[in-house]
Formats: sequence, C-alpha cells, structure tokens
Amino acid sequence: MLGYIFKRVLYMIPTLFGMSLISFLIIQLPPGDYLTSMIATMSDSGQTVDPAQIERLKEIYGFDDPFYIQYLKWIWGIVSRGDFGHSFEWNQPVSGLIWGRMGSTLVISLLSLLFVWIVALPIGIYSAVRRHSISDHVFTFFGFIGLAVPNFILALVLMYVAYRYLGQSVGGLNSPEYAEAPWSLAKVGDFLAHLWIPIIIIGASGTAALIRVLRANLTDELHKPYVITARAKGLPEYKVILKYPVRIALNPFVSAIGWVLPHLVSGVTITAIVLNLPTAGPLLFRALISQDMYLAGSFILLLSALTLVGMLLSDLLLALLDPRIRFN
Amino acid sequence: MTGPAEDAVLSIENLSIDFRLRTHILHAVENVSFELKRGQTLCLVGESGSGKSVTARSLLQIVDRPGSIVGGRILLRNAGEITDIARLDPDGQAMRAIRGRRIGLIFQEPMSSLSPVHTIGSQITEAVRLHSDLDKRAARAKTVELLRQVEIPNPDQMADRYTFEFSGGMRQRAMIAMALAGNPDILIADEPTTALDVTTQAEILDLIKRLQVERGMAMLLITHDMGIVAEVADDVAVMRFGHIVERGPVDAIYHDAQHPYTRQLLASTVKLTRHVEGRVPAVAASSEPRQPILSVRNLGKTFGWHGKTNSLRAVDDANFDLYPGENLGIVGESGSGKTTLGRLILRTVEPTTGSVVYHNKDGGDVDVTSLSKKELRGFHREVRLVFQDPFASLNPRMTVKEVIGDPLIINGLAKGKALEERVAELMRLVGLDPMGMERYPHAFSGGQRQRIGIARALALDPRIIIADEATSALDVSIRSQILDLLLDIRQRLNLSFIFISHDISVVRYFCDRVAVMHRGKIVELGEAEQICTAPREAYTKSLISAVPNPDPRDKRMLHRHRFVAPVL
Repeated sequence: MLGYIFKRVLYMIPTLFGMSLISFLIIQLPPGDYLTSMIATMSDSGQTVDPAQIERLKEIYGFDDPFYIQYLKWIWGIVSRGDFGHSFEWNQPVSGLIWGRMGSTLVISLLSLLFVWIVALPIGIYSAVRRHSISDHVFTFFGFIGLAVPNFILALVLMYVAYRYLGQSVGGLNSPEYAEAPWSLAKVGDFLAHLWIPIIIIGASGTAALIRVLRANLTDELHKPYVITARAKGLPEYKVILKYPVRIALNPFVSAIGWVLPHLVSGVTITAIVLNLPTAGPLLFRALISQDMYLAGSFILLLSALTLVGMLLSDLLLALLDPRIRFN
Repeated sequence: MTGPAEDAVLSIENLSIDFRLRTHILHAVENVSFELKRGQTLCLVGESGSGKSVTARSLLQIVDRPGSIVGGRILLRNAGEITDIARLDPDGQAMRAIRGRRIGLIFQEPMSSLSPVHTIGSQITEAVRLHSDLDKRAARAKTVELLRQVEIPNPDQMADRYTFEFSGGMRQRAMIAMALAGNPDILIADEPTTALDVTTQAEILDLIKRLQVERGMAMLLITHDMGIVAEVADDVAVMRFGHIVERGPVDAIYHDAQHPYTRQLLASTVKLTRHVEGRVPAVAASSEPRQPILSVRNLGKTFGWHGKTNSLRAVDDANFDLYPGENLGIVGESGSGKTTLGRLILRTVEPTTGSVVYHNKDGGDVDVTSLSKKELRGFHREVRLVFQDPFASLNPRMTVKEVIGDPLIINGLAKGKALEERVAELMRLVGLDPMGMERYPHAFSGGQRQRIGIARALALDPRIIIADEATSALDVSIRSQILDLLLDIRQRLNLSFIFISHDISVVRYFCDRVAVMHRGKIVELGEAEQICTAPREAYTKSLISAVPNPDPRDKRMLHRHRFVAPVL
C-alpha cells in the first residue's frame, strides 16, 4: 500500500509539470498581453500613453522574451522561492493574493462536499429501497429541479429569501461590519450564517446527481444473491442494507472528491460572482479578462495541483473501501 | 401420507405464493405440501420456472417483492412447540430468530452469494455472533472451527481472505460454513452445485451429506438434476408450474413413477446415460478409407510472456483429427482450456504454436494457421460456431429473420425474397415455424433461441460446427431435444461437430469420440463408449466416476475414484 502511494505521488510530478506548461500556454494564447489591454483601457478613458514608458514596462516585465524563457523564469521562481510572480493589476505579489482566495475556496469545497454527502446518502438509499413510492417520486422531482435550474438563478432566489424574510445580509462570506475585523467568535458565527446559501447552491446539482447515481447503483445491488444471504443469516433489514449493498454502491461517493474542486472553480464561477464570494473563481475570471498572466497562471496551476490531490485521495479511499481494487 | 410424522421438523401445508405483477397475478406456487424429517433429505426437483426456489425462500420469508405468501401454513416444530412461519412478520424479531438459527440456507451462485468487500471470516463471524452471545474472540475461534469442518485448508489464514481469492468450490464451502454458524436443524440447499465442476460437485455433495448426518439435520435440496437426486435423496417431490405433481420415497419415484411428467423427466435424463444409436451420416458410414476434414497438430496457446513463471499454457500440444460426419467431444472442467482450443481452431484466438489443417470441399488442404485475414473469412464460412448462452448470443434488437439472415447478407449471398425463403427453410430445418420470422428473440424460450442460433450457424452451409457448451444453459428435457435436433441435422447435411462441454452425459450421448482435457492437455482421446465406461487415465476415471448416476439403487458417487492432481 505504501509503495502504491509513493508511486502515485511520483507519477504526479510529470503530470504537474505538464499542467504548468499547459496553463502557462493557455494564458499566453490570447493575442496581446497585459500592457495592450492596459493601453486599450487607458485610451478608452481618454488618457495618453507615453511610448517610452511602455517600452520600459515591457522590459521590466520581460514581455519581449520568448515563451520558454518567460515560462522558465516563472516556474523557477515557484520552485526555488515559492514566488508565483507579480500581479500587474493588483500590483502586488501573486502569492499574497492567492492564498486567501484558495483557502476560502477549499473551505467552501469541502463543506459543499460534506453537504452533498450528508444529503445524498440517506435520500439515495431511501429512494432505492422504496423505489416508485411517493417519497421517491418527490425526491426524484426535486432532484431534477436541482439538476435543471441554473445555479445562479437558484442563488438569486435564495438571496432574495434570506434578505427579504430572514433579514440577513447577503453576498460575500461576512457581513460588512466584520469584513475587515480580525477573526473572533462573533465573526465565525457571522461567517457560518453566511455560509449556508453558497453551500446549498453549490451542492444542489451535485446532490441531485449523486442521489440519482446512488439510487441506480443500489437498485442493481439490492437483488444480488449476497443480500439474500445476509437476510437469510437473520440480520435485521436495516443492517442487511447498510452493511452489504450500500457499501458496494458507495464508490461514486468517494469518486466525488475528485470532481468537486474543479467543478467549484470552473462550474460555479457565475454563482460565485452573483453571490460575491471571495473564492478563486471570480478572481481568476478577472485575471483572465485583463490578461494578468501570472495571477491567472498560478491559479490554474494550483487548482490543477489540488485536483490531482483530490483524485489521489479518492483513489486511495476507494482502495480502502473496496478490496477488489486494492488487490488488482 | 397421512398426518405429520413424529420426526417431521417442518411441515408445509397447502402453501401458495402469488406475484402481484402490474397486469395480472402470477400464481408461482399453488397448494404445495411436503415435510422435512430429522436426518432425512427431501429433494425438490423441477425445471426452471417451476417455483422450486420461491418455495424454498418462502420458508425463510425472504421472497422478493412483489411475491407474497397468500395461503397455507409452514409449521416449524421445536420440542413440542409449533410455530407457523407463514403468519410471522417478515421483518419481525421472531422471523429473524428463525433465519440462520433454525433454518440455514445455501444457494446456487458461489460467485455472488458472498459479499466481495468483506472477508470470508467476518461474514461467518457475523452469523455466529448473531445467534449466540460469544464475544469477538470466541466467535472468531468458532468461525475457524467451522471452516475446518467444511475442510478448508489453513482455516486460520483463509478466514481473512476475500471471496475473489477463493475458487468456486471453496466459496461454496465457506457458504456452507456460514449456513451452519447458527447450528440450524434444517438446511435448505438451493442448487448448491449447479455452477460447479463435476468433481467439485461430488465433493460438495459428500460434504453436505456428511455434515447432515453428523448433525442430524433435515435437508431440503433443490435441484434440476435427476442424477443428484438419486445420489442423495431419501424422499423426492417433483414440481412443475407451481404444483407438486408427484411425491414419494426416492426408490418409488425412480422405479415406479406414476405421473407422466416424472417419467418424462427421468426418461430424458436416463437417455443421456447411453450413446445414441444409429443416425450416422452417409459420409461417416461409407467403408472407403477416410481422410480427416480437420487435423490439429501440436496446437498450443500460452498467455503471458513466454518462459515467465506467470505465463499460462491454456492449451498445450493438442493433437487430433476430425473425420467427415463425426461428432468429436471435448470435455474438461472449467479452466481446462477446452474453450480456448475451440477458439484456436477458428483463430479468433491466435495460436502460439502448432497447425490446423482444413481439408476443403475441392479436396485441397488449407493451412488455417497461415491464412490471411481475408482468406480466414472463407474458412469461417465453412466452420461455424454455436454459443452457450441462448440469451446473450442473439441481438435483442434484431428480428429472427435478421439474426438468421445476417451471415447471408454479410457474405452477399442472398437478399429480398430469396433471403426470406432461405431463412424460412432454415427455420423449418431446426423445427421452428417460419411465421415467427418477424418477431424478436425475447418472444422465444431458451430452447427456441438455441434453435435460432443453430439456424444462424447453418445459414452458410457449413461443413463443421463448433458447439461451445451449446446445451449447458437448457433444462434437461429441452437439452435432449436440441441434441436430437443436432444429430438429425448432422445426418441430413453431412456435418461434423466439435462439441465442447463440461457435461459428460451430454458428450456420451452425442459424440462418437471424446477428447478429455485437463490443465490445457488432452489427457485421453478415444471412443465415447470406451472413455465413459472403461477410462484408462486416472484423471478421466475420477471425472467419469464423479458424474451422478440417475439410479438410487446404484449410487456411483459414493465410491468414486479420487484423483489428486500432481503438483506442478
């Protein structure tokens, strides 16, 4: 097992290297660079730009270097000093900007994953065991709503409800009075009060999808002979179901770890913008528009790394859960 | 039979089970009565769909929805106390106390009847603790003891293994150990050996019988195999369409059967214990010196890298000739390489060594092993395949006409009206009504589907048919019909068959010569009658003697020849 983990981590190194190359390539792909987009913005607002100053900036930022030199400088900075480069737009080091955003992204991801698990597991089991009952149809109905309604519309509805009927301040992860305050018990409480909307919205489609998957998987397993064996032993029904077929139908739950993070970043960016969440999505979106290349590149790189870690974790958990995977 | 006897532990009286389907109610079991006596075995015999498994499951109230017991009583006797199982709540504590504790259950699929993600030991220990107040360590010790009783070597270590690390026979032993964990006084075995090889089947039946005698259990054994019934039963109940048509002591059933269905069932079983007489095609009967139609020389297939320790010789140096109009049987247990051998001849699997020479219609010799892809198609037109599973081998989205006509269309031999006429002719040849041409395979029974598969194989006027377990998935009575059909076709079309099977009785009935395979090697090749009555090799002897004999006065399995494979 240890050897397996070591091997997997070793394999991650070339993958990461490839990903960094691709992410750097992607942010270089659009024509122009940060300066051209800055010049465009400045001339739009009627300011004149001094060509000499532009030349100077180009030299400082190294925009005239060939692609591979720029890449090597960037990657060497990351590997040797943990320096992700400089954000042009924010005019500060990328690393300072990025960690806070990545932290909140991770917290929201993990909490949404927990939410998805906690809601999808019992409903999925219930739906499979009492298939075609009225409650199953009700859950199926809501499941399809969760899958079909775009997240940002759900977000707007929930924000309206929270603001109009619960009197909460909505948007962001903290009320305005706590936004700049240091962390305290009250701030944590305020944070948690804000958290439920994004978690429900981000988890909604994942929950619906996982309920469907679990229901389908479990339906297949429920009539397998080993379930009858367990029943014939004299086990109580709830134990028969939880210990045997559910255990085997659980694999997609664990695989969910692998996809929840990329989903959160790429899939729910619009939701995050609507909800004004301080996660990676909106910042990445802005950075891409303004061609703030080091910021965008570093985000993409870190997210790929986290996705890889998520995949590794889910694979290891799968192996723990299912001996058939372990022994192959 | 009047009144429950003193030693009856379980009496079933007028049991009826219905399945409430969407459109109608299916009476799966109607008015079934029998009783299980201490230390005795009752065999419930019937073909698929007769309701025998549902009956067995209802004794534990584990019939799947929408089935339910709608009438009758299931009386369980215990020291003067009588419980009616049919009246208990299926989810209630009282019912659970009977499952596993009073009545143990073993059933067919040793592959899937144990959980693949729990160790064997943990599943047995669970059953032990459920019906006793042993602590973890004592329960574990009991588990190991149970595994030892079912003759699993190194029970201490094997308890921590998973099911996929066990062979089929070992899994069935573990399953038996689990059924015994609660010391039940009644054991229900639902087709316990159907998925196993004959020699393993004999060992498992021995084991069950020994444990039953040791523990004085009453046993209900459900099977479709009249041979097994003769070997182990004390009493027999014959089931058909949800009714028990005949019931009595085993000797009376076998030698003085009253009901026509019982007699028919016995006749189709007994028929397969002899070689078929007559019906030899003209080419085989001619007295001229014969030339083989197919010669296999030194044929071999190694999976994995050559010379490495983990490489597997699936087929090792196979040599035989097939003569025109001959039925050559290839028998062996699972993993013996018989199916691979069939595929090597067709080159759907590429041989590692050796040659296959085919003597074609024009009298020329074709070296199959050196044919190009295009030439191979010509060879495949003359050598066809019939598959085992009549359900999986027909595309459910094609009509019967499309299925049978497909080879003709692919080879551009017929279309339109001509195709339809040819398909009709083929259907008549295999005993099907051409009116069914436009229907889909699901409208046909297993036996009829196998006929469709045979018609498809005959579409291109082949000279050789390779039948891989072509009758294994069929009920006994259907099986002998299909075999007779094949014999009939052979005679009319001058065909040769290579008949691959694990079922010795089928091979004995159908084949002229038999090759016995063991671990990739052909260990013995000879006339079918000689192989089945006077085998020379030790392995063949053990194989033949493990086949149950459908005569309770001559139980063959009890004094069978045991073969211990040399360690490789």
